[in-house]
Amino acid sequence: MTTTSTPLPVIVIGAGLAGWTTVREFRRLDSTTPVLLITADSGDFYAKPTLSNAFAQNRAPAQLVTTAAAKMVETLNITLLAHTHVQAIDATARTVTTAQGVHAYRALVLATGALPIRLPLAGHAAAQVLSVNSLTDFAVFHAALTRMSGADTAHEGGQHPRHIVVMGAGLIGCEFTNDLATVGYRVTVVDPSPRALAALLPEGASAQLQAALSNTGGAAGEARVQWRLGRTVVRVDAAPNANAGQAPYVATLSDGEPLHADLVLSAIGLRADTRLALAAGLDCARGIVVDAQLQTSAHNIYALGDSAQYGDQATGRTLPYVMPIMHAAKALAATLAGQPTEVKFPLMPVAIKTPALPLVVAAPAPGTSGGWIRTNETEPGSEWQWLDGAGVVRGFVLAGAATPRRGKLVPLVTP
Amino acid sequence: MTTYLCIVCGFVYDEAAGRPEDGLAPGTLWAAVPQDWACPDCGVAKADFEVVEI
Repeated sequence: MTTTSTPLPVIVIGAGLAGWTTVREFRRLDSTTPVLLITADSGDFYAKPTLSNAFAQNRAPAQLVTTAAAKMVETLNITLLAHTHVQAIDATARTVTTAQGVHAYRALVLATGALPIRLPLAGHAAAQVLSVNSLTDFAVFHAALTRMSGADTAHEGGQHPRHIVVMGAGLIGCEFTNDLATVGYRVTVVDPSPRALAALLPEGASAQLQAALSNTGGAAGEARVQWRLGRTVVRVDAAPNANAGQAPYVATLSDGEPLHADLVLSAIGLRADTRLALAAGLDCARGIVVDAQLQTSAHNIYALGDSAQYGDQATGRTLPYVMPIMHAAKALAATLAGQPTEVKFPLMPVAIKTPALPLVVAAPAPGTSGGWIRTNETEPGSEWQWLDGAGVVRGFVLAGAATPRRGKLVPLVTP
Repeated sequence: MTTYLCIVCGFVYDEAAGRPEDGLAPGTLWAAVPQDWACPDCGVAKADFEVVEI
């Protein structure tokens, strides 16, 4: 190595919650080591979970930015390379290559996030299907909806109700469905599973959520939200009579049913963005595999957030939620500041933002034996506990008026 | 009564509603929320909330 007058920086790739929080926590411990943050987007800081409930709160994309990139840079005293793609990582030479040059690092943090899973669709309008996984995506989605709202106002009366087809009845699909229905859109949710949030909820809770969402916003019995479960969207085409005031798209389901749609939103899940890590030769499975100190298979390269897989290749898990990111960022910041620290995740219940039926879910670890049992039936709302073979509580679901009992349930759980 | 937004996850603290499950009765002003209270959704500290008007 050549001798340099300034110490090598910590380089962070990605300016989402994981990247920015790592930088912020690191600066609390180390105010002098240079930090270089490289991001493909603007670097503006925003709360990603708000993307799926911004409509009901009448918030435009620009209003979702809580701290502009320039302000983050100034406050945290770092260097930001915005709108910059990393071309390569050399784990041996300890460098990162961008269009701006080759940057040597002391430690490298991969906070590259996740990409929406997109299934191949037939049809000439398949490319018009949107996904929302970033503020930039949200701006496109918001503009598309705003355009059709304008059209709606101009043609009051005979205009067809605006109809959105949501692919995916998981967490993000249900949150968007609730948000869109609240502000007046008709929504049809399509999912191959037999019920909403099938991966997280017991059957009874799915049924309650579907019923609550069906009636969101509209008059009683209006059923503003429709469900097409056990099916998938197989093709999306331009509607033949789109110019005559009809919806511009037709989404055709696996059973042949055509759904006229003003917009098709794909929300079928996320997969870790491991592209850079794979190209650099790092071990990846469902995410970039990290150890308890969040180090990847390469020395001095770390990963966290939606791009990381916590634990080993076979049994490790991805945790694409806010609370795990906060815990991981704090531990990683300490490690980067010279105090090697293992991340310890407490029980981290997830609050699902479906105001039609608020839900708090503490899912049991994958592979836990046992099943959901309805509990505390005399209390308000609905409650389920996951009991294993020995009767130990391993998870819980709280629905509706039960969600305030979260604090009482958490101590009962053995994660 | 004012509403506060967690800048990290979007959790909303509404003074009028309080947060009874955390021992914060309806009407508890933001100033009276303990400094060690953290966002129930993401664990961020009280200091990282900001005022929003919704």
